Amino acid sequence: MFVILVALCLLAPVYSHDIAHIAPNQGNPSGTIKVGGKAQNILSLSGLPVGPTYHSRYFFGADTEGRDLAVRLLYGGRTSLEIGAIATIIIMVFGTLVGLLTGYFRGWVDAILRPAMELVWSFPVVILGVALGTALALGGIGPIHGNSILIPSFIIGVIYIPYLGKPIRGEVLRLREQDFVEAARVQGMGPWRIMLTEILPNAASTIIVFLPLMLAYSILLEAYLSFLGAGVQAPNASWGTLISDGLQYIDSTPRLSLIPGLMLVLTVLSINVVGDGVRDALDPRSQVRLKS
Amino acid sequence: MARFVARRLLSALALLFATSVVVFGIFEVIPSYNPARAIAGRNANATTVQQVAQKFGFNKPFYAQYANTMKLIFTGQVIDYQDDLNVVDQFKQRFGATLSLVIPAGLLWLLTSIVLGSISALRAGRIADRTLMVLAILGVSVPVFLLAEVLLYVFAFKTSIFPNTGYAGISNPAQWAYHLVLPWFSIAVLSVGFYSRVLRSNLLDTVNQDFVRTARAKGLSGRRVFVRHVLRNSLMPIITIFGLDFATLLGGAALVTEAVFNIPGVGQYEAQAIGQLDVPPILVGAMFTAFFVVLFGALADILYAFLDPRIRLT
Repeated sequence: MFVILVALCLLAPVYSHDIAHIAPNQGNPSGTIKVGGKAQNILSLSGLPVGPTYHSRYFFGADTEGRDLAVRLLYGGRTSLEIGAIATIIIMVFGTLVGLLTGYFRGWVDAILRPAMELVWSFPVVILGVALGTALALGGIGPIHGNSILIPSFIIGVIYIPYLGKPIRGEVLRLREQDFVEAARVQGMGPWRIMLTEILPNAASTIIVFLPLMLAYSILLEAYLSFLGAGVQAPNASWGTLISDGLQYIDSTPRLSLIPGLMLVLTVLSINVVGDGVRDALDPRSQVRLKS
Repeated sequence: MARFVARRLLSALALLFATSVVVFGIFEVIPSYNPARAIAGRNANATTVQQVAQKFGFNKPFYAQYANTMKLIFTGQVIDYQDDLNVVDQFKQRFGATLSLVIPAGLLWLLTSIVLGSISALRAGRIADRTLMVLAILGVSVPVFLLAEVLLYVFAFKTSIFPNTGYAGISNPAQWAYHLVLPWFSIAVLSVGFYSRVLRSNLLDTVNQDFVRTARAKGLSGRRVFVRHVLRNSLMPIITIFGLDFATLLGGAALVTEAVFNIPGVGQYEAQAIGQLDVPPILVGAMFTAFFVVLFGALADILYAFLDPRIRLT
């Protein structure tokens, strides 16, 4: 039941295309809307945006440029979740790969990859993200534009790879000494086959425990980076940029940043609660807790 | 012991060198990023970009640029691109404000965690326990800047109990604390849940140890057993993570908190630099934070080894 609710919440921004009446970056600062039968300027003469109408148009009111906050919220949520999802996929694939390789082969593979992981690990995530974000936002990488959402996804993914890679490596180091792996080796299985068919399934519970955790962390880090201006670039919106944009109007129209903030917190909170449940179910003794 | 310390410090130095190369590399190696173009502005023509590149030495090879930048940083001559301010001077001037933000905030969260953790361990399964669980999960779900904004809105704009933003020097302690209560609180509160829970599980582990039973059998009072034997032995892991988190504060929570509350510290300077894509302050800031993280990591290990001889060998 709870899981369905979470899924619906998570998916809401995905079908935002179908319920929004206006493009998220399109404003209508000089227009009027009807509130309770009375026409009202979207932006008042003093520049104050119209408040929540609780109707399909301008449900949460407008922002200071006459854009529909609710629509921006939906699209912003989509951006945040897409970045979170892509980053999580990167973390899961490469973290597992790095963990398997360094844990199984040790030797020179370990000697190269482990210091690299330690290096990324020893950086404060926000600083590294900001450095990469500012450098890449200007010119992009190769064919990818600087304002593409792939850039923050990629950055967040790279930063969090060691957070999965290190625990997986530990798990693989433990597993490779087990008898069933030895048996597989004696049967003549190659290293890749052993890794995929013998070790990976046994490390699966660790990977699954980390999945919601990494999703929550990716979404949060995206918010941090966007808040600081090193994540999603204008005019695109994400929850982080909406919160950041609203900050300067917090005195007059606090909803501009508090509503996206609430959405962000509720999303991450529900992912974390689900994640906690998954952890309790799969790995009751685990001490795995991360902090940003 | 001396060998352990020397080895640990040496590896810290190596790590620091590696981080500086990485941060520098991020800005210099990425092909699409042309620092000369960034300084010269969007509409600059090719010759201006050339001149700027000449002036800042961007057309030299990577190692030469790296050596040059490091020389500038360590001799305190590096300037930012935007306002021609001396970056190192800026960091020196602003460090006081940052320290008066992070040190009391750190103490606040450490002490609160110790108190809450002890209470919930002594009265396992009661309300304190529930509260900590909620706090802990909120702590990993709420970004610092959002909590800061909410506090700012509720306590400064809505009710004006606290001043809305700004900073007062420590020469006037009352005003200083009055301006910093909200920032301290917004940094501290999100960490309390996690720390208290770690402490609680450590305490529950320690209570069942033999030396605690011995202390009790000696006839020591309950309070003395708890403070001297149980709590003291459970604090170690907390202190270690605290060291690292505290160092990270400089580059994470302090950055956004200072930006929200408009505190003229190192973080605010960095946040501005990020907004303007001004490289030198970001570079210095990243190295500055990495320095503290590496230093505190090394110190924590050394302290640990000092207190617990068993791990010196590894």
